[in-house]
Amino acid sequence: MLFKSTVSALALTALAAGTAAARDNIQIAGSSTVLPYAAIVAEAFGENFEFPTPVVESGGSGAGRKKLCEGVGENTIDIANSSSRIKQSDIDLCASNGVTEIMEVRIGYDGIVFASDINGPSYAFTPADWHAALAAQVVKDGALADNTNKVWSDVRADLPGDEILAFVPGTKHGTREVFDEKVIIAGCEENGTYDAHLAANGGDEKAAEKACMALRTDGASIDIDGDYTETLARVDANKNGIGVFGLSFYQNNTDKLQVATMGGIEPSVETIASGEYPVSRPLFFYVKNAHLDVIPGMQEYIEFFVSDEIAGPDGPLAAYGLVSDPELAKTQEMVANRVPMGVLN
Amino acid sequence: MTDFTASDAVPAPRKGSLLTQDARTKQRNAKEARFRMMGLVAVTIGLLSLVGLLTSILASGLSSFQQTYIELEVYLDPAKLDKTGNRNPEDIAKVSTFGYAPLIDAAMGAAIERVGAATDINAKAAGELISKEAPASLRDFVLANIDRIGETVQFDLLAAGRIDGFFKGRVTMETAALDRNISPEQLQLADQLKEAGILTTKFNWAFFTAPDASDTRPEAAGLGVAIIGSIYMMLIVLVLALPLGVAASIYLEEFAPKNRWTDLIEVNISNLAAVPSIVFGILGLAIFINMVGLPQSAPIVGGLVLTLMTLPTIIIATRAALKSVPPSIRDAALGVGASKMQAIFHHVLPLAMPGILTGAIIGLAQALGETAPLLLIGMVAFVREYPGGPPEGFFDPAAALPVQVYNWTQRGDPAFVERASGAIIVLLVFLVLMNIAAILLRRRFERRW
Repeated sequence: MLFKSTVSALALTALAAGTAAARDNIQIAGSSTVLPYAAIVAEAFGENFEFPTPVVESGGSGAGRKKLCEGVGENTIDIANSSSRIKQSDIDLCASNGVTEIMEVRIGYDGIVFASDINGPSYAFTPADWHAALAAQVVKDGALADNTNKVWSDVRADLPGDEILAFVPGTKHGTREVFDEKVIIAGCEENGTYDAHLAANGGDEKAAEKACMALRTDGASIDIDGDYTETLARVDANKNGIGVFGLSFYQNNTDKLQVATMGGIEPSVETIASGEYPVSRPLFFYVKNAHLDVIPGMQEYIEFFVSDEIAGPDGPLAAYGLVSDPELAKTQEMVANRVPMGVLN
Repeated sequence: MTDFTASDAVPAPRKGSLLTQDARTKQRNAKEARFRMMGLVAVTIGLLSLVGLLTSILASGLSSFQQTYIELEVYLDPAKLDKTGNRNPEDIAKVSTFGYAPLIDAAMGAAIERVGAATDINAKAAGELISKEAPASLRDFVLANIDRIGETVQFDLLAAGRIDGFFKGRVTMETAALDRNISPEQLQLADQLKEAGILTTKFNWAFFTAPDASDTRPEAAGLGVAIIGSIYMMLIVLVLALPLGVAASIYLEEFAPKNRWTDLIEVNISNLAAVPSIVFGILGLAIFINMVGLPQSAPIVGGLVLTLMTLPTIIIATRAALKSVPPSIRDAALGVGASKMQAIFHHVLPLAMPGILTGAIIGLAQALGETAPLLLIGMVAFVREYPGGPPEGFFDPAAALPVQVYNWTQRGDPAFVERASGAIIVLLVFLVLMNIAAILLRRRFERRW
């Protein structure tokens, strides 16, 4: 019986699918880091244009790109938001599904900040401190040894004597990649552990990097698989915990969090734009060019997104915490000419 | 020998009185008392957690039903809105919301001057007291009433989220001093405006009607799209699951031959009722979206997935209701010459109806609160456009109440915590209403034999 009902439900949907009208709204999916920016733009777009407000889904950068590459047609998405660059595997998947022309649009930069409870001590870190505090293995007396640092002052004498407890983004987050690359590996090279790993691995650079990235598992470093609100709740509950946040999230919660400097630089829109603050990454969205003339308003949306009044330094995105791209004019020109991205370099 | 010893083993008559308990009775009574205590403790723990849950939700969510508005007299400056001066709607539509912001700043300045508020913050900071949604509502008004350009029109504009939070106790002078989005001076100005009667707190109707809003304007976010989406999905579930479920159970209960096949189907239905809901989401994604090609984020897909999920519940409830109708009713109907179908449709089904409806409502309530399968079919999206009227609207993107809650808890701005709790309250009210309806139906129409 149930089988019968399922079949009739299917028949009904098949019937309905035939009558479904052509899609007139833009569909966007991808990174939850880009989501708030995309939502701000979608909202302003809907207000100012005759086109319907685009639908923005989250779900992660990788998932968004995969969805983009599912093929061409109205039941696939038009734009994928991404907090990391597209991978060759994505491009190959796209090509095998007939999605040949993808436009890469860089919307700006996102800073990654280290923040602790507002009532706790303030911190001034370097990447080397973070590596020494969180890595599974550190150099001790000239040899690699398991990390036994308990408090921050064990890492460097002038840091506060509070327990080491870090909430870092889980491995499924795009943020983690940046954290690994710009903080942990950079710190690893800075404090000389990299050379030790290199020697231990017989000069294999890949293996040395991997060894650098291995974080300790004794509870000092905790992976957060949820979003920044979860990290905030953890920091709230553990007053000596330090969380990894996006700049815009921190800026919305400055009454609860204080930010640590990294390499002596305080993160802000200015220091990230100038490149002084080391931990930042570009944010992108990827456009399926084949849909540009099919979905009404798509070209307008993309041009609106990268326009000066939206993505420029005085626009609403910068006000929310996006570091605007100094090369925005170039992007605007590329978008206007619909230049698809070339080979990955 | 044995006989003799047996008669010797007759127990001695019991000594003591009924009024004094012996050790064994005491032990048994104590056991019962302990069990009662444990039961009470269990009930108390359950009640306490319910009370705790409700208080925490109500405490953080009730404030979302109030919203702070600022009353401003805005001069619709023709020099800014209609540079050509010919009142051509197309030219006026070219002025974006960014072009309307200065009008609001000017109106704010005028209001401050009129009430004589003592403040030394600049016009831009004073304008930040107003929500970023305001230029959009102003623009909508102008586009709809082009003839009123040049007039001074009174608007009730939303106050910014932080100002709203100040009057709800979420933002204080201390937190404002640390907060880069608001300053204590702005809060003081807000206080003065409140005294002057310009700033008022009203019931937040927009919370039920407005669509979602982006992270920069939590004060404008509402449940409109989510409520419509949920209603659409419930409609689809009701229209599909109720007839299918009832037909299936009537056949299984009354007509189907009892053989291995029907046994297998029965076992499968019971199993299906226990399948985790996320599995139905995966099924929906694979079949309805990838195979059939239905649109993403649309209530139709959500409704179909929830239908599959609700069907077993309805079938099980319906079969139980049919079973509880005494066979004498069937026999009597058949005895006076009714066909089997007449007996069922004229006599058994009406008597089973309250049970069926109760089951259907409980199934619907379950489907209403379901989040997991909707995550997979793209219902967790930022949707601002209201879906169209049914049936075409079933194919438009929409949100749903539970996923809106999920969505809001992930936003960066703390004002969304209040909104999320408010949405939970709305969802709970819907669920309670449905359950009350089920109870009333049962009370009113159920017959006992």
